[in-house]
Amino acid sequence: MNALEQYIGLYREYREVVERNAPAALNALRPAALDALATARLPRKGQEDYEAIDMEAIFAPDYGVNVTRLDYDIDPTESFRCDVPNLSTCLFHTYNDVPHISATSRRNLDGVVVETLTEATANHPDVLAGHLGRLARLDDPTVALNTLLAQDGLLVYVPDGVSASKPIQLLNILSAAHPTMVVRRLLVVAGKNAHVRLLACDHTQGSGTQVLNLQVIEVVAGRNATVDFYDLEESGTDTSRVSSLFVEQHEGSSVLVDGITLMNGITRNNSHVQVVGEHASTELLGMTIASGHQHVDTRSFVSHNVPRCTSNQMFKYVLADEAIGAFAGKVLIKEGCPRVEAYQGNRNLCASPSARMYTKPQLEIYTDDVKASHGTTIGQLDEEAMFYMRTRGVSQESARRLLMQAFMSDVIDGVRLDVLRDRLHYLVEKRFDGTLAACTGCAICGK
Amino acid sequence: MLEIKDLCASVEGKEILKGVNLTVRPGEVHAIMGPNGSGKSTLSAVLTGNPAYTVTGGSVQFYGKDLLALSPEDRAHEGLFLSFQYPVEIPGVSMVNFMKVAVNEKRKYLGLKELSASEFLKLMREKRAVVELDNKLASRAVNEGFSGGEKKRNEIFQMAMLEPRLSILDETDSGLDIDALRIVASGVNRLKSQDNATIVITHYQRLLDYIKPDFVHILYKGRIVMSAGPELALELEEKGYDWIKQNND
Repeated sequence: MNALEQYIGLYREYREVVERNAPAALNALRPAALDALATARLPRKGQEDYEAIDMEAIFAPDYGVNVTRLDYDIDPTESFRCDVPNLSTCLFHTYNDVPHISATSRRNLDGVVVETLTEATANHPDVLAGHLGRLARLDDPTVALNTLLAQDGLLVYVPDGVSASKPIQLLNILSAAHPTMVVRRLLVVAGKNAHVRLLACDHTQGSGTQVLNLQVIEVVAGRNATVDFYDLEESGTDTSRVSSLFVEQHEGSSVLVDGITLMNGITRNNSHVQVVGEHASTELLGMTIASGHQHVDTRSFVSHNVPRCTSNQMFKYVLADEAIGAFAGKVLIKEGCPRVEAYQGNRNLCASPSARMYTKPQLEIYTDDVKASHGTTIGQLDEEAMFYMRTRGVSQESARRLLMQAFMSDVIDGVRLDVLRDRLHYLVEKRFDGTLAACTGCAICGK
Repeated sequence: MLEIKDLCASVEGKEILKGVNLTVRPGEVHAIMGPNGSGKSTLSAVLTGNPAYTVTGGSVQFYGKDLLALSPEDRAHEGLFLSFQYPVEIPGVSMVNFMKVAVNEKRKYLGLKELSASEFLKLMREKRAVVELDNKLASRAVNEGFSGGEKKRNEIFQMAMLEPRLSILDETDSGLDIDALRIVASGVNRLKSQDNATIVITHYQRLLDYIKPDFVHILYKGRIVMSAGPELALELEEKGYDWIKQNND
């Protein structure tokens, strides 16, 4: 039996329970997902765009899914503080795949709507009908599996002209006593001239239990809308994450996606951006720090379907010990799209001889009058700089740390949320001196 | 303080130092001169522990310790300092952070308490004044985008911060105009005391007008072929390196 079959079997057996405990908007998507899965196979290592990762192996453990929607006997707002303090945000918790929205967090939203998908089915059916599942591509079996099993999630809806003054922080906590697959769903719809900044923080509480976080995020940026989305993973070495982000950009919109992996087990992040309106700008940034046996795998795809828009990508990796990183990026400029400017960069630092980086930049261009380029480097720590610092009395270990931090500083400086930027400098420093491994944000552990 | 005996060293299999002998005592200033390729920079690299160089013979004692057995950072902690001929640019590492780590790791080695943030900034301010280093430079990344003169001033600033017992200035005058040379030299002179010593490696007599040596040594083909007082530098300036070559080939 392949890994998908066990979850399809689970769905068939519990179909009635799954649908009873889920909103109609999600149930409506399941038949197509089931069809897509009928002939699907999870990609194996070595397949195109999966050069370093085996998706079949990630899904192979017999994970439990919380289909009966047992609520966790815990108040996440009480038990968990995030690692980004002093950040004045509207805070929303999701415990595994169960969203918790407190009355306080609904205040001060300045007209932005944040609801569970269950609530939104009643309150904003048009938004869900128009967008939920529209961008997510079921030809990726992991996306189809998410669609088959998701039972709730969050909607962030920013109506036309609404500008959220505070960032919206989605604090996602993973915790399980038994191996668990968490099926998360997020839909972000920003209307015309709407502005919103989102910060998603993934944490794992406790260690020793395998958790698979399977999530699908859809982002629609309407005309002249601005969406900044920071996606910070600070999970644990037993956590697997398979995350697919789909973005659609309309005329004049600006979208920033910054994916940051500070601590993880094995992670696959897919971003898929469709630019459908002229004068749109897309910024995809990524920062990965991995050590031990961690693995971070990124696939990015930006499709320019119209003329006169820009996209910029920069993904940076620092890999130590036996860590593995992979980046497969593609920019597509379709026929009849003059004046598109696209850049894709991937810079990597292998800080140990046994760290491995796989990188595959690609440009596919069908229009002449465009500017497009890519650049990839894989390097080691600068020996001259190391020696220079050591002659000043900086130990070899500190010199390595300073150089690794320095390598990341420009990506961190690209963060437009001041408090987050300062905090990232601090977290990255802690990550490199090895003290981030402790669960810093968790009041339960009391560390 | 420093006792070099029959020091031999090679780089990439090529022998550069072929038996160097030199003794330096506290309070002294030694100048090492010599034509290109004579081994001047190799000597400074070997003394500071550059891993690209291999010591093939001889010994170096620094305050009674076997210097060659120490890591580059421990040599620094023991009080050795090298002002680089070509200071390295380190984008993304701020001068402040770099110096904070360097100063505190030295203090830790010496069994002293780490400096608090405010103590450290006060020290930075004081020492900046020694070489008239702009605050803007001190808050930038290490040497990044610095002019030639700023880089050399930054070297002397770091020397002031670390208060070494023995400083080696490797071609500190190269790439400096007269004004910058004066500032750098006066910085070095202000840091001079009865307890520390300086080795000035230079091509030209020019720098020695500003930093007065007690001894001048001529390094040629990996050996010190002549040692005398400051008058030797003047004689060399007059007769040129051919004079040395004729006498020693």
